Amino acid sequence: MAARRTERLLNLVICLLHTRSYLTADRIRELVAGYDEAPTDEAYKRMFERDKEDLRDLGIPLETGTNSASDDEPGYRIARRDYALPDITLAPAEAAAVGLAARMWSSASMSAAATRALRKLEAAGVEVAPLPEGLQPQVEASGSAFPVLAEAVHDGRRVTFDYRGAGDAEPVARTVEPWGVVWWHGRWYLVGLDTDKSATRVFRLSRIVGEPKPVGRAGVVTRPEGTDLRTLVSSYDAASPASVAVVRVRHGKGLGLRRRAVNVSAGPPGWDVVEVTYPDTGRLTDQVLPYGADVLVLEPPEAVDAVVSRLRSLVEDTS
Amino acid sequence: MSGALDHLPRLLALVPWLLAHPDTPVADVAKEFGITEQQLRADLDLIWMCGLPGYGPGDLMDVVWHDDRVSLSNADTIARPLRLTADEALALVAALRALLGVPGLVETLAVETALAKLEAAAGGAISGDEVAVAVDAVTDPDVVATVADALATGRRVHLRYWVPARDEATERDVDPIRMFTSEGMPYFVGWCHLVDDIRTFRLDRALAVTVLDEPVDVPAETRQRAFDKGLFNPDDADRLVTLDLDPSARWVADYHPVEEVTERGDGGVLVTLRARDDDWVRRLALGLAGRGRVTDPPDLAADVRVAAGEALSAYRTILGSG
Repeated sequence: MAARRTERLLNLVICLLHTRSYLTADRIRELVAGYDEAPTDEAYKRMFERDKEDLRDLGIPLETGTNSASDDEPGYRIARRDYALPDITLAPAEAAAVGLAARMWSSASMSAAATRALRKLEAAGVEVAPLPEGLQPQVEASGSAFPVLAEAVHDGRRVTFDYRGAGDAEPVARTVEPWGVVWWHGRWYLVGLDTDKSATRVFRLSRIVGEPKPVGRAGVVTRPEGTDLRTLVSSYDAASPASVAVVRVRHGKGLGLRRRAVNVSAGPPGWDVVEVTYPDTGRLTDQVLPYGADVLVLEPPEAVDAVVSRLRSLVEDTS
Repeated sequence: MSGALDHLPRLLALVPWLLAHPDTPVADVAKEFGITEQQLRADLDLIWMCGLPGYGPGDLMDVVWHDDRVSLSNADTIARPLRLTADEALALVAALRALLGVPGLVETLAVETALAKLEAAAGGAISGDEVAVAVDAVTDPDVVATVADALATGRRVHLRYWVPARDEATERDVDPIRMFTSEGMPYFVGWCHLVDDIRTFRLDRALAVTVLDEPVDVPAETRQRAFDKGLFNPDDADRLVTLDLDPSARWVADYHPVEEVTERGDGGVLVTLRARDDDWVRRLALGLAGRGRVTDPPDLAADVRVAAGEALSAYRTILGSG
C-alpha cells in the first residue's frame, strides 16, 4: 500500500519535472500511473490534494500557472532549476571537511539530516575520500531546541520557551526575538532581544526546558546593525580580564594559574609569587579554591576574604 | 513522517547516486543509504516500475545487474538530486562551523571555502551568521594540528602534559589512536608509554607536543579498546561520589558526566558521578566551597574538610591572625 503511494508520487515528480507546460489536474489523472485507482472524481481530488501537500512538505517546488491567458484552469509543473541541487564542485580537502562535518552530530535527527545532505552531494558527483577512522570531532544539538531556533532566526520569527537560568529554582517563560545561534566552547547559545526585559540576552540551549515555539509572523525580527553575536556570547561566558591579583603558589603547583600568569617572581622558600588577571572576585575565588593550601591569594583583600569565608563554610559544613 | 514522506526522498537521492556511481555492489549501496540489502532491492524493484507517462519500455527507468553489482539508466528527468532542505543545509553548515571552532583540527581555509560553496548551493536555506561559532582561544591550534598530523601519519608523539588532579606537569610518549571533541574541547586517546595503558588527553592541557620519528605500535586489540571507551572512561571500578549542590552550583551536573541527578526541590540537586581519582573530587569540592558538598563516601567528605582546614590555617599564618 505504502509502496504503491511512493510509486505514484515518484511518477508524479518525474512527469511534472519532464513537462514544459503546466498540466491540469485532469490531465495529470490521465497521464500519471496510479491515479486510475481513484474510483470517483471526488476520491481523485482528495488523493491529488494530499500528494501535492506531501511534495511541498518535502521541499519539492511545485509551480502553479496557466499556459496561456485563455486557460481558466491552473495547471502544475516542477521547474528543474528550482528542484535540482545547483552544481557544486568540492576540492578534496573541502570534500573531506564536509565528510567529517556530516558525521559530527551526536543527536540522531541532526545526524540523519547531515547524512541525507551528504548523499545528495555525492549524488551530484562530490567524491568524499574515506576519512581516518580515528578522527571524531563532535557537535551536540542540546536536545531539540537547536533546529527550531536556527529556523526561527532564519525566518525572523519570535520564539517562546521555558528557561532555567543558572540560579533559577523553576524555569521561567521567556519571549525572545532571536538574532543568532552561536557555538561557543562546545555549547549552543541563543542571542536575541528578551522582549519582556527589552534587553539583549544570551541563553544557553541546554537550559531550555522542552521545545521552543515560534510565535507570530515571519520576518518581524531584525538584528540591530553592527551586532556581533560571537562577542556577545564570549563575553557572557567570561568577562574580560580586567584586574591583576597576586597569589602565592607552592613550587611545582598551580600549573593552571601559572599558565595564565602575567608575572612570576620568587616568594618565601618553597613558594613563588604569581600575578594573574581576573574578571571579578567571584571567578578569581572559584579559580583559586580548588588548589587548597597550595595557592593562597594575597591581593586583592576582598578576594582573600571571599576565599577564607568560603573555606570556613566548608569546614563548618556538617550537613 | 509517513512512509512515503520518508521513502520518496530516499528514492530521489538513490537514483542520481546510482547514476553517479555505476556498477556498485548492492551491499555498498545499502550501507551508504543505511538500509538492508532487502530494502534496497525493493527500492530498485519500485524504481524499475516508474518513469515517464506512457510507461513503455523506453519510458521506464532501467535497472541493470551484473551479478551483485547494480547500475541505473534512462532516468534523465531525476538525474540531479533534489536541493538541500533547510534542516539538511543546517546540519552540514552548523557542523562545519563547529569544526572552525577547533582551529588546527582540519585545514581552516578548506572549511571556509566548503562553507561558502555549500551556502551557495543551499540557495538561501541558510545564510550569513545565523549559526555562528565563537572560536576557542584556549587550545593552541599548533598543538591540535600536531596531534592531528601524528594521527594521520601514524607516528608517536612526545607530550608535556599537565595533570590537574595532581597539579603537576608530566613528560610522556604516546601513540595516538583517536582524536575527538566533546563539548567543543579537543581530546586525543592513545597508548601512553609512561603508564603502559590507554589514556585520554585534553589538548588544552598539553603544554608542548612534538611528533617523533617512531611509528605508532598499537596492537589491534588495544586499538579496539580505545574506540570502545567513552569520553571519560568511567569504569565500574571508579568510586561513586554523591554531591549535594546548591542552585548556584548546578553547573556541575552540566559539566561532568553524572550517573544520576535528583532535584532537591529548591533548585539545588543531588548528583552522583563516578570518579577515578580522589584528588579530582577533592579539588572539585574545594572549588565548590560554600555552594556544594560531598555527602558520600564519608571518608572523602572528611578528606575535603581536612584540606579546607589546611588552607584556612595557611591563611591564618599569612594574615597573622588567630
